[in-house]
Amino acid sequence: MAEKEKLNRKQKRDRRRKIPWTIFAALVYASFYIPVLVMILFSFNDAKRNYSWMGFTTEWYPKLFSFGNHDLWESLVYSLVIAILATVISVIIGVLGGIGLKKFEFRGKRFINMMLFVPIVVPEVVMAVSMLIIFMIVGIKLGLGTIVIGHCTFCIPYAVIIIKGRITGDNETLQEASMDLGANRIQTFLKVTIPSIMPGIMSAAFLSFTLSIDDVMISNMLAGASQSTLPVLILSVNRTGITPDINALTTIMVIVMLFGMVVMNIMQRIHNKREARIMAESDARIQAARLAAEEY
Amino acid sequence: MTASKGRAKGTNRLPLLAQAGPVSLWMILFVTIPMLFIIFISFMTRGTFGGVEYTPSLESYQTMMEVTYFHIIVKSLGVAAETTIACLIVGYPFAYYIARKPPATASRLITLLMIPFWTNSLMRLNAWMLIFQTNGPVNNFMLNTHMIDKPITFIFTDGLVLLGLITNYLPFAVLPMYSSIEKLQKPILEASADLGAKPSVTLLKVTLPLTFPGIFSAIILTFIPALGTYVITDMLGGGKVLYIGNIIKNQFGTIRNWPLGAAMSVLLLAVTALMIFLYSRFAKVEDMEVV
Repeated sequence: MAEKEKLNRKQKRDRRRKIPWTIFAALVYASFYIPVLVMILFSFNDAKRNYSWMGFTTEWYPKLFSFGNHDLWESLVYSLVIAILATVISVIIGVLGGIGLKKFEFRGKRFINMMLFVPIVVPEVVMAVSMLIIFMIVGIKLGLGTIVIGHCTFCIPYAVIIIKGRITGDNETLQEASMDLGANRIQTFLKVTIPSIMPGIMSAAFLSFTLSIDDVMISNMLAGASQSTLPVLILSVNRTGITPDINALTTIMVIVMLFGMVVMNIMQRIHNKREARIMAESDARIQAARLAAEEY
Repeated sequence: MTASKGRAKGTNRLPLLAQAGPVSLWMILFVTIPMLFIIFISFMTRGTFGGVEYTPSLESYQTMMEVTYFHIIVKSLGVAAETTIACLIVGYPFAYYIARKPPATASRLITLLMIPFWTNSLMRLNAWMLIFQTNGPVNNFMLNTHMIDKPITFIFTDGLVLLGLITNYLPFAVLPMYSSIEKLQKPILEASADLGAKPSVTLLKVTLPLTFPGIFSAIILTFIPALGTYVITDMLGGGKVLYIGNIIKNQFGTIRNWPLGAAMSVLLLAVTALMIFLYSRFAKVEDMEVV
């Protein structure tokens, strides 16, 4: 009895000791979520520009969808086009590169690995400036193309790292099996390699998209006199005060992002289940074949 | 050593070219060449009407050492250091708290940490400005509770910029530290406790040294971007707070002194290289947690 009570008391003391830590963690989370909540709150602000709270209104949402603020919508579409292009290019190059850098040894591989590290650690402003100088000197007109190139340059390394992390010994065994069974390289790549790293491809795409759509520094410096992306527009509007319809738009974007994340999560789960089933099936087949061979 | 697996299998180099080719070409074209070129430009002369004149000189490095610029460089380094220290002090216990939860809870807590960062970063910075406005909630609260007599000006100050920097980079500090604490094996900690070490001793002599690579990644992933940002200073400093990033950006905008902007960029590159070099002495750079 006494033992049990002692244990109980110890558990209670442990729990009490944990309380300050939980409060601390909650405070850190609060520092992340308060700005988001304030941002959402001010999409309901009854004022022309967001400086202080003037009262509750929902008018900004219908106003947003009456497309009165052309600049805002144009910049959103521009941002989306750039993000989609950058994502597609980065994922293609990232997948090929991730596989290639994992599978092959070649002269200069260490150098390329080092270069992939550069956009991740070097300050973004330096990346932007260095590309800007090259584009200006070569005489490439700044605009959509240069922004996409800029975004790809910092998305590709992340894509490569994610893909490299997904490739394991299993993939190579599967590829060899596929080639042994008579598929050529391209068939193997499309029908075996790609599906086996699909979750990696999805997360690379998701990360590239989020990096691109939120980028300010590179878009700002490589845009030239062309249309600005949404973040660049926000940066310039900030000087005169942000209008609540921008808050409304970014609130909607958060909801869409969250929805996308949930969908991706579900798809990943389905994929994992199917992969497990296929693995089990092929295991069974190998077993059966082995038995048949033994009998023969 | 360079005799390769790919080559050993046969003479067909096409798969290698098709897979590793595009990424290598992209990195050389848009990373290597621009980086080399910016170093080259930094040793050139400023053109009379802006741009570059291709006569070698150390002009821009001398300008950088002038009081105004030197002061900004020192201040930027100081602010970046403050940001990093704050991120470590808050981030390490926070990462530890998450890593000690059961795996399912921990991964949920990490997702919870990421979600706010899918909102537009500029709008989050703007929210801090709304909170700290002269007639905003923080000032109102302090006025109503008689902590202050008249509102404090927070906006467009270094303090608010620092808050913006810390809240913006904290997750990048938490993630690498979390993954290194998570990898820490419990038996080691238990052994330390069994051998009679107090929890504080275990922390200092076992946990901290073993998670040092994570801590160093956190330092790199907060210090360097904080040193180079111009967006956070622009949003929260209202153009009144200038750090290295702003100076670099301005050289390629209105001021048009490319060599000076290039020299400042080279300074940032040098700081980055130094940090990576230091990191490589403690852990393998390839293993650095960045995603």
